Amino acid sequence: MKPARALAPLPRHHSIFFLIMRRLRAPLIVLIVIIAVSVFGLTLIPGVDADGQPTRLSFFHAFYFISYTATTIGFGEIPHAFSEQQRLWVMFCIYLSVIGWAYTLGTVFALLGDRNLQQAIQMQRFVRAVRRLREPFYLVCGYGETGRLICRALDRLGYRAVVIELDESKVGEIDLHTYAADVPALTADARNPETLEFAGLTHRSCVGVMALTNDDNANLAIAIAARLLAPHLPALCRAESAEVAANMASFGTRHIINPFEKFGEYLALALHSPAAWHLLAWLTGQPGSTVIHHRNPPRGRWIICGHGRFGRVMVDAMKSQAVPLTIIDRSPRQDPEHTWVQGEGTGADALRQAGVGEAVGIVAGTGSDVDNLSIAVTARALNPRLYVVLRQNHYTNHALFDAFESDITVVPSEIVANECLAILGTPLLAPFLAEIRQRDEEWCAWVLERMTRRFGWEVPRVWSERINLVRTPALYRRLMRGERVTLGMLLCSPGNRYEALGCEVLYLRRDDEAPRLIPASDLVLQPGDELLLVGRGGARAELALTLTNEHALNYVLTGEDLPGGLVWEYLSRRRKPHATPSKSGEQET
Amino acid sequence: MNLEKVIFGFFIVLAATLNFGFFVGDIGDPAHHDVYELFAALVVSLIATVLKFGDRTQIGAVHLATSLVADLQLIAAALTWGYAAHITGSGMTSEMTARVVSLSGGALFANVVSVIILIAETIMQRR
Repeated sequence: MKPARALAPLPRHHSIFFLIMRRLRAPLIVLIVIIAVSVFGLTLIPGVDADGQPTRLSFFHAFYFISYTATTIGFGEIPHAFSEQQRLWVMFCIYLSVIGWAYTLGTVFALLGDRNLQQAIQMQRFVRAVRRLREPFYLVCGYGETGRLICRALDRLGYRAVVIELDESKVGEIDLHTYAADVPALTADARNPETLEFAGLTHRSCVGVMALTNDDNANLAIAIAARLLAPHLPALCRAESAEVAANMASFGTRHIINPFEKFGEYLALALHSPAAWHLLAWLTGQPGSTVIHHRNPPRGRWIICGHGRFGRVMVDAMKSQAVPLTIIDRSPRQDPEHTWVQGEGTGADALRQAGVGEAVGIVAGTGSDVDNLSIAVTARALNPRLYVVLRQNHYTNHALFDAFESDITVVPSEIVANECLAILGTPLLAPFLAEIRQRDEEWCAWVLERMTRRFGWEVPRVWSERINLVRTPALYRRLMRGERVTLGMLLCSPGNRYEALGCEVLYLRRDDEAPRLIPASDLVLQPGDELLLVGRGGARAELALTLTNEHALNYVLTGEDLPGGLVWEYLSRRRKPHATPSKSGEQET
Repeated sequence: MNLEKVIFGFFIVLAATLNFGFFVGDIGDPAHHDVYELFAALVVSLIATVLKFGDRTQIGAVHLATSLVADLQLIAAALTWGYAAHITGSGMTSEMTARVVSLSGGALFANVVSVIILIAETIMQRR
């Protein structure tokens, strides 16, 4: 664990003005004094006018002369030719004023190049950008590989993101990545609660916080700040050690994501029920990507190389599925449950000793990418039919991992990103996925077959709808009037009601009833129902139109176009008084 | 004793005294109001303003505000004087003098407020 760095005080954004003023105090005073002395001197020095009479410059003329001389504009215009005394004094004034200006400008340029000031200006720009956000946005702490994936996905889904990142070069990358919307980013330590507040933690448009730094303690600090400063916001925190995860859970962090444990669950699910695993991968993938149909992990003897954080989770996952294991590690333990082999998985000897010829699968799960690849290549050479699970630690090595065709590549950053997106975008998805895990293989296979035949293997849009006055005013009013609307009636295209909408309901939750999975199309909707839908992106917009627009809804349900506007409503009511349902509650009463 | 405080107090009090010196006398009589004194009052007032820059306390803000008021009034007085002496062609009439002096009277009030704040601040420190 890294020692805690001292938190640097944040450059206060409102102090820029004062900072500039304070630094310019001395040069400004020097300038005022120089001009005052010059003007004063010029009014005292005797001169001669056109007639040879002694005269003196008035303050007005003196100030005029010094103004154009001191600013190096140098008009030749003066009321009278100067006397010798005046010339002497003016010569002195000219050099004096040059010194004054040089000093002032030098200070100004030094100030502009000042790092503190630049940081303060950046900070101010960032704070202003965040304050002006009117759309819902997510606060992303840590712009590493995970943060990048999440920002890209959020951008694609049409959400805004605000980024805090400690590393200046990574903040610079944000400008290089092409995002549709501007992503305000700040180079600062997210452990500082003040930073979080400036980044919009307490902003009313902030809809969630994600602590994705690679430092568990920083994530913990963000989690506790979010819990105390914005208790209503969902906080998603990455935690790779069990102690930190337990600590986060102790003060009620809602979503703690441990990438290794998550993968352990997936692998256990894949061993237990491959269809459920595929369904899960399909529903929670990166938007826009296509799920490749994997080979199902086989049952039989598995070899696990490396018994570290990841290896331990793998062992637990395999044990839960009663899979026999051989573990290769540098320091084997006395453990009657599994077979242990001492050595490095990278060598053929240790692999042979572990029985690679008879094994069905291998997990290359050490902390070194090179070792993992070496293990995988060696093991494949010894047994080409081996099912290979590869752990990738650093994103930069992805070309190597792509080149080696493993069955599963475990990329912690992707796992965290997928999980975050699934939780944030669709709160109903988590209970649905939990439900899937309970179901049998046959049912999952049926759902997977049905969905992928309809929507293809590309990752679909998954979203939730709740039938209430705010989200779905048109449907809600109808239901409150006691009309009977079934799912099948609703899921028609508002463009042509004889065409089905490209989406399906996966899950329906009603307050006091058991949740329904894949509800039938004749199910009657009730106000307050929560739906989890899956489909193509366009279907979401069309359904939203049906749910919010009275005219679209009327067309979808009855096939008749409602007249728009008061005049047409009046006329049509006169023509056929029974045909059109009243538009809103007010007209009924 | 703090040299910075001495300079600060010096300029504030000097701005008020110079302003007062220009202000006293018959309001319409140019002979009672010396233009050099107006010039000195303006310059000292400007310096006092710059000295107050960058103080983030509440009292510093009020100090700066009163000083800016005094500057504004004195600059207006100086402009009026320049206009009367050079542009109208009739020189410093008693009417114009009255205008300049009454503007500087406004500045004097602001300077008095500045001095009162300075005194209040000093008393608050109790050291």
